Amino acid sequence: MKTIRIINPGPLTTIQDRGRYGFQDRGVPVSGAMDQWAYRLGNLLVGNRGNEAALEITLGGFKAEFLTDTCFCLCGPEQEVRLNNQIISTWAAHQAVSGDVLSLDYGRKGVRWYLALAGGVEVPLVMGSRSTYLRGGFGGLEGRPLRKGDELTVGRPKGSRLLTAIPKELIPDYSPEPILRVVLGPQDEAISPEGLATFFSSRYSVSQRSDRMGCLLDGPIIQHKEGPDIISDATAFGSIQVPGSGQPIILMADRQTVGGYVKIATVISVDLPLAAQVLPGYRIHFKEIGLQEAQDLLGEQEKRLVDILGK
Amino acid sequence: MDSPRILPCGDSALSVEFGKTIDPLINQKVQILYKRIKADPPPGLIDLIPTYRSLLIQYDPLKLSFETLKQRVFSFVGLPEGRADIGGRKMEIPVCYGKEFGPDLEEVASLHQMTVDEVISLHTASTYQVYLIGFTPGFPYMGGLDERLFTPRKTTPRESVPAGTVGIAGQQTGIYPLESPGGWQLIGRTPVRIFDLTKADPFYLRPGDQVTFKAISEQEFENY
Repeated sequence: MKTIRIINPGPLTTIQDRGRYGFQDRGVPVSGAMDQWAYRLGNLLVGNRGNEAALEITLGGFKAEFLTDTCFCLCGPEQEVRLNNQIISTWAAHQAVSGDVLSLDYGRKGVRWYLALAGGVEVPLVMGSRSTYLRGGFGGLEGRPLRKGDELTVGRPKGSRLLTAIPKELIPDYSPEPILRVVLGPQDEAISPEGLATFFSSRYSVSQRSDRMGCLLDGPIIQHKEGPDIISDATAFGSIQVPGSGQPIILMADRQTVGGYVKIATVISVDLPLAAQVLPGYRIHFKEIGLQEAQDLLGEQEKRLVDILGK
Repeated sequence: MDSPRILPCGDSALSVEFGKTIDPLINQKVQILYKRIKADPPPGLIDLIPTYRSLLIQYDPLKLSFETLKQRVFSFVGLPEGRADIGGRKMEIPVCYGKEFGPDLEEVASLHQMTVDEVISLHTASTYQVYLIGFTPGFPYMGGLDERLFTPRKTTPRESVPAGTVGIAGQQTGIYPLESPGGWQLIGRTPVRIFDLTKADPFYLRPGDQVTFKAISEQEFENY
């Protein structure tokens, strides 16, 4: 039985999960939710246990009709969400009945929202994941964005829900112009001292050309010592490449597994959701922190979640 | 063995860098470490990406500390090379050279002042090592090309290269697994599906594999 029908997918809606791991050694990008934190907490709210697939809605303008009674939630930056004509809260579980219509405005406070459904969206696993990889044309629903009229089913809901709403302290502070903390490397030594000073003292605005592969930034040129090219080397979520133009690129969910440009630094895990939510035209500021501090921040975030789930 | 450099790539990955050049011996060190970790992964390991000269290790820092992982890497690197470390699988790949299968074959031959048959016999004589798989899912970058065949990339990349096309770029040879844009010199095409999502293992090649090419006729290509 079908669970939900897409009335309007907006500019881009795809099916995503935690990501496709285990195949990067064969050139397959990870993909998965750009804002892993919103995606993960969305799954928790509807009683899912882990890697269930959700809808990643880009920029809003989304409308869908429930075809069965379903528990759902929407997680992401502040946004006006309606069930039929009534405004409902984000970061909270809701029960829809058959015939209810869910709609999202165009967001002005961020880029991506996750519609989690109890049981998770059922599409075939491709290399262990349901995530859509648009450039490769696989995963999700036939490897493509959702269209008007698509009908999706969900899996059997697994268990009881631990939370009905996410407490405020666990919702990221989606500032329109965030400070992203980074750990230097792996090729910061290929950047001149002036280049490093430019990188940390400037503001970089997010380009319209940004997508799920990379967040392209415009701003003062970062100088290399001897040029931008390296013998191709692997990438990570949040790696910041500096190509010949001197304009940095943050590599995101659909990043290529290897790349031939110098990587000045890497955005820390707890700040990646903020990077995924900056609207084009808004600016990012980078701040250096140490590796240990970055890992401690991740540990503290996890502890806050575990403490709340334990209550 | 010289100690590799360990470089943090954010809080959840590190790069083990063995060098900064394309060199079969450096790549072999990468391959050996990749195989050893893959065979005996520590709890908290997420994924591995071997490249020409480095191995990226993605890990969950809540389960595996940077220091523990670093020590683990050094303990693997310090081990003498064993039988399991040497070489990859031996793969023979049939290729139909020239004509519409390899539209740049004649240009490559004239550039090197050879006949088309000489290019084919040189290309089928070598054993190639898969240095890394990247660019598109399943694309093998292979080293071991006879230096008489070293050829620069095309000045203007093609918008579309058919799946299975075998090409040369610089010191490397490779195979396009999917139809995609491409700037390599195209000399032939294999009927083997290098990336096939209908298979349980969609990938025909793995990093470290030893590849040879065998020339086949158009007839053999069609009947494959």
